[in-house]
Amino acid sequence: MEKLMNEFSFGLFFWMLTIFILLVVLLKKFAWKPILDAVNEREEGIRKAMDAAEEAKKEMQNISADSERLLKEAREERDAMLKEAREIKDKIVADAKEAAQLEGDKMIQQAQATIESEKKAAVADIKNQVASLSLDIAEKVLKEELKDGAKQEKLVADMLSDVTL
Amino acid sequence: MQIPEIVGAGLIVIGAGLGIGRIGGQAMEAIARQPEASGKIQTAMLIAAALIEGIGFAALFAA
Amino acid sequence: MALLLTVNAFAKEKQHGEEAGEKDLKTEIKEYIAHHLLDSYDFSLYSYTNDAGEHKYVGFPLPVILWDGGLKVFSSSKFHHGETVAEVGGNHYALYHNKIYKTDANGTINYDADHHPTNEKPLDFSFTKNVFFILLVSIIMFLIFSRMAKNYKNSAMPTGFGRLLEPIILYIRDDIARPNIGEKHYRRFMGYLLTVFFFVWIVNLFGLTPLGVNVTNNIAVTLALALITYFITTFSGNKNYWGHIFWMPGVPTPMKIILAPIELLGTIIKPFSLMIRLYANITAGHIVLMSIIGLMFIFKNWIGSPLSFALAFALSLLELLVAALQAYIFTMLSALYFGAAVEEGHH
Repeated sequence: MEKLMNEFSFGLFFWMLTIFILLVVLLKKFAWKPILDAVNEREEGIRKAMDAAEEAKKEMQNISADSERLLKEAREERDAMLKEAREIKDKIVADAKEAAQLEGDKMIQQAQATIESEKKAAVADIKNQVASLSLDIAEKVLKEELKDGAKQEKLVADMLSDVTL
Repeated sequence: MQIPEIVGAGLIVIGAGLGIGRIGGQAMEAIARQPEASGKIQTAMLIAAALIEGIGFAALFAA
Repeated sequence: MALLLTVNAFAKEKQHGEEAGEKDLKTEIKEYIAHHLLDSYDFSLYSYTNDAGEHKYVGFPLPVILWDGGLKVFSSSKFHHGETVAEVGGNHYALYHNKIYKTDANGTINYDADHHPTNEKPLDFSFTKNVFFILLVSIIMFLIFSRMAKNYKNSAMPTGFGRLLEPIILYIRDDIARPNIGEKHYRRFMGYLLTVFFFVWIVNLFGLTPLGVNVTNNIAVTLALALITYFITTFSGNKNYWGHIFWMPGVPTPMKIILAPIELLGTIIKPFSLMIRLYANITAGHIVLMSIIGLMFIFKNWIGSPLSFALAFALSLLELLVAALQAYIFTMLSALYFGAAVEEGHH
């Protein structure tokens, strides 16, 4: 211990302390700070790049998954559309059939109605002709009957006898 | 140095040597058992050895 | 290469010793090591004795700054490596055991009963070898790291030397600061932690070169570092931290009273152990390394020298590890203490 005390030199201590503190301050300002900052920045950059790469990888996976999904969707949509088209076609055909049926029925009905009315008209016509023919006949018969006066007298008398006053 | 001082210094060296040797040996064993923790073990070993060494030197100068 | 140079310096020293033939070789090596570990007022790489018998030093003097009733600045060359008395403004100063004392014109040093000098010691702010080196390392660090910082303005990646330094900076951030301080607060302490790590490491590494500068084996240097850690810990301590020191939650009241002074002492012991650890590790390393190199001159035979060389080489490698390890531990423990200071209570 005594040897240490004896060896201790205040001057050296003073200079060491001064120079060393100065060195720490200077190096901190001009060396360590820029070096550590640069290293930190670089590490940050590397980490960011790694993160970005990871992100991109994920994105890629997402995109492929997306496209897969889109494809599937498109296929499904196509199937759905085809199905729908088929349905529509069926419906149209059915509709058309129904419409044609309706139209046909209607036309038949109309034709029947026309026939009926024609028939009625024809019957009515025949009736008229028959009536006029009968009248003509009756007239001719009457004319024939009432040619002589005696007969006319007798008829008037018969009729007068029928009338009772 | 007088005789008792020399003997004292010798005792200190023996003690410190045994202590540091034990630390080193144990650390080796620990590393062999868990090689993956070798860094931590080494650090702890150095610190422990340094502390014993410090005490040893302090005693040596007192002797 | 480093080793060879050091050996070279020793060889010079040895020749000198043999020529003088006065001192025992062992004592001389001991003194040389002790001298090498000390701070000095001039920057000398090695010394030798020339043919004329003069002691020559290779290096350059540094300014001596004293406060002795006024600021006194003069070159350390006036001391002639402690061989003469420096006369400045009517006052005389002499070096004794690497410390400056105020003396009379003849450089007389008076001793008390315990052989301690009783001469007046002026307040010494000298720009010594270590101060010079601390400044040099600081400037080098500032240049390297501010240039590195500028590089980041142009590119996201480091260039050149920065490629080597960036992993270390990231290691300190991710393995020292973050786990020990916590994600929320660690940014505040990064400046100090990084600076202290690189400073201690570089200074330790330079200490291993044969330049003869050993900054971290001066207790004043480690005290300054530990003190900064202590003050940062103390001033960033939150309510939870002080609560754990003065009124430890979860223990009975009598224990709280006993624990408070222990914990308070602990806050001082922690930086104290930081100071001692760094100082002692580096000093011990240098003493052992230089002693082994010194053995070469004691053995003086064909087995001893290669052996000592091989040992010194292996030890140098170990010291390289210790240089980094001590810097790491200092930073790590500082971070740990900061972490304890800013930790949020999880009760």
